[in-house]
Amino acid sequence: MNAPIDTAIPLEIHDLTVAYHKKPVLWGVDLEVPAGQLVGIIGPNGAGKSTLIKACMGLLPRQSGWVKVFGQSLSDVPTRVGYVPQRESVDWDFPVNVMDVVLMGRYGRLGLLRRLGKADREVARECLERVKMLPYANRQISNLSGGQQQRIFLARALAQQADLYFMDEPFAGVDAATETAIVEVLGELRDQGKTLIVVHHDLPTARSYFDSLLLLNMNVVAFGPTEQVFTSENLQKTYGGRLTILSEVASTLGAEASGAPGRR
Amino acid sequence: MKTVRQQVLRRSLLGIIGFALTASLASAASVSEVAPTEWTDQLGRFFSFRDPSLRYALVGSILLGLSCGLLGSFIVVRRMALVGDALSHAVLPGVALGFLWNMTKDPVAIFIGAIIAGLAGTSMVSALIKTTRLKADTALGLVLASFFAVGMCLLSMIQNLPTGNKSGLNAFLFGQVAALGADDIQLMGIVTGIAVLLVVLFYKELLTTSFDAGFARVSGIPAEWVHHGLMLVLAAAIVIALQAVGVVLVSAMLITPAAAAYLLTDRLHRMLMLASIFGVLAGVTGAFFSFVGRGLPTGPLMVIGASIVFAAAYFFGPRHGVLARWWRQRQSASRTERENTLKALYHVWENDGYRDVGVTLRGLAERRRETLDEALRRSEELQHHGLATINRDTVYFTPEGRQRATEIVRNHRLWELYLTNTANIAPDHVHEDAEKIEHILGESVVRELERRLNYATEDPHGKPIPGPRDIHVGPVVELGRGDK
Repeated sequence: MNAPIDTAIPLEIHDLTVAYHKKPVLWGVDLEVPAGQLVGIIGPNGAGKSTLIKACMGLLPRQSGWVKVFGQSLSDVPTRVGYVPQRESVDWDFPVNVMDVVLMGRYGRLGLLRRLGKADREVARECLERVKMLPYANRQISNLSGGQQQRIFLARALAQQADLYFMDEPFAGVDAATETAIVEVLGELRDQGKTLIVVHHDLPTARSYFDSLLLLNMNVVAFGPTEQVFTSENLQKTYGGRLTILSEVASTLGAEASGAPGRR
Repeated sequence: MKTVRQQVLRRSLLGIIGFALTASLASAASVSEVAPTEWTDQLGRFFSFRDPSLRYALVGSILLGLSCGLLGSFIVVRRMALVGDALSHAVLPGVALGFLWNMTKDPVAIFIGAIIAGLAGTSMVSALIKTTRLKADTALGLVLASFFAVGMCLLSMIQNLPTGNKSGLNAFLFGQVAALGADDIQLMGIVTGIAVLLVVLFYKELLTTSFDAGFARVSGIPAEWVHHGLMLVLAAAIVIALQAVGVVLVSAMLITPAAAAYLLTDRLHRMLMLASIFGVLAGVTGAFFSFVGRGLPTGPLMVIGASIVFAAAYFFGPRHGVLARWWRQRQSASRTERENTLKALYHVWENDGYRDVGVTLRGLAERRRETLDEALRRSEELQHHGLATINRDTVYFTPEGRQRATEIVRNHRLWELYLTNTANIAPDHVHEDAEKIEHILGESVVRELERRLNYATEDPHGKPIPGPRDIHVGPVVELGRGDK
């Protein structure tokens, strides 16, 4: 149904506002990400980086605005979107092994009531191989280091064989070897024409890892090719105090809208 | 390998379905009364399986054990144990209202009433969490208690009513498997059959949403529907177990067998099977003792059975069990002990300038500040593990023993040097720490330490750090070097 490469924009966000308990976390985000880009999202804590990608995937309710994936709503093209959640978001004592987790990447393509086939297992093995975790395929997941857990999540996303990937802090708390391995895989995916949106927390490496950067602090401060956007002026705007008034207004707004007495 | 595992899984799940179906067919017989006899006669009657009421009790406890174990596994891995507890208490007013519907213990009316009450309870919990600052545990406790209180009031009101057949309503509180009738068993068979079928059909959806709900939703799995479906089947399983186990304890039948299974395996499908087996085991044990013990409440007996299974898993589990852990600790303690002996031998040997080939027991005893008997026992332990040989009163390293001894000494001195150089700890404070670390340093860490310390040859106390040559070939004998 879907041509492997089409002219539709992988990700288009229009006037997106997201709120937690009526308090806006993202305000009027507009964004158009072209195909074949490795995009890093950077910004201070609480800037709404994770919130942005979660809202794009429909994991958080949107207050206003819309998100289109390849020109359609996400629920129409679930197999074209891959996801690497934050490592801490799951229980690593869960009774599954490495292979089980990677195979979960195939379930979306299978659909209800269908069982995994040989081809799915082959894909899963290849994905594990790509992140150099195949020897650990039968390990229980609680026996893995943080870096290994992150690679498993990446392998699971690879098994989704998607065209647009959202990754939430894939470099958080991993060892140097894992970081190199992940950067390598991300580069390969980009070279295959896939689009990757990666939440990143480390400024120095952000410059070398990504083609484009999205500087975010409640709204888009700057978006564009890394060498153009990564300027001290933009960083000052993103990390500096410019937005304190905006966030103060947001708190008052949240308190009023939910009917709660204003705090602090 | 994978396909064999799948076949095993499929076959055993099919077996479970077949089991459930036969069980529901067996319920076609009719009820008869239990005549008062001695417990030995009861025992005989139990194992002859002639008594229809006994057959109901058995089939009923098997069915409830199966559905509780199976669904309880999901409760445990989804960390919803409290939800199960709240749900089981919240159904009580529904049971009473179902009875009031036509003033008789009609299983279907009670079932429907209980399901509605249960779902009302859980939606109230979600509403409380959404609209207030209350957290899940408080909301659950609050709703649980208030629904239970309403149920208790309604039940005692019914007991005081002049009309209607009220027999067996007490069973809902404490559980009495003998109160089960043919139509109860039929309902239990249907619910258990549906539960097993749904778990088999939607296994991969249940697995993915339980492990990572966000990921499941992004890949197009309707996580919300899976959750609500699971809650509905769970409510049904609780209601059918209610008469046999009782409101207060039914959540234990969900949690305990599943928790025992969780301790024993690292794969979800095995956990499901183990939990079902444990549930059935606990159910049948409870029914047996309740039958033999005449009138003892079934619910508590079942839960005691499940708790014994859990205790067994806790103590005797092959990997995570207390006994297994104790055994591994003992093993590592005795290894440490042997390595300390090796180290002492090495020290004596080193102080001798590596001149003598062997070390006397007396030398070892003096070094360790122990008696000759203890030194002998230590050396025999080494001999037993092929690390040394004893000839009269002299101990000789085997090549393997010498290598290990040199490694331990190297680890100790490397670590001391690392702590003094890098962490700036005074040289007289590092010995204790190195005593522990020396036994667990892996080869790759040792390489890293050596590199960082520029392949130093002397520790902070001026003692030589053995290098690879010393370990694999042996120390170079320099006359006059020892005897410091």
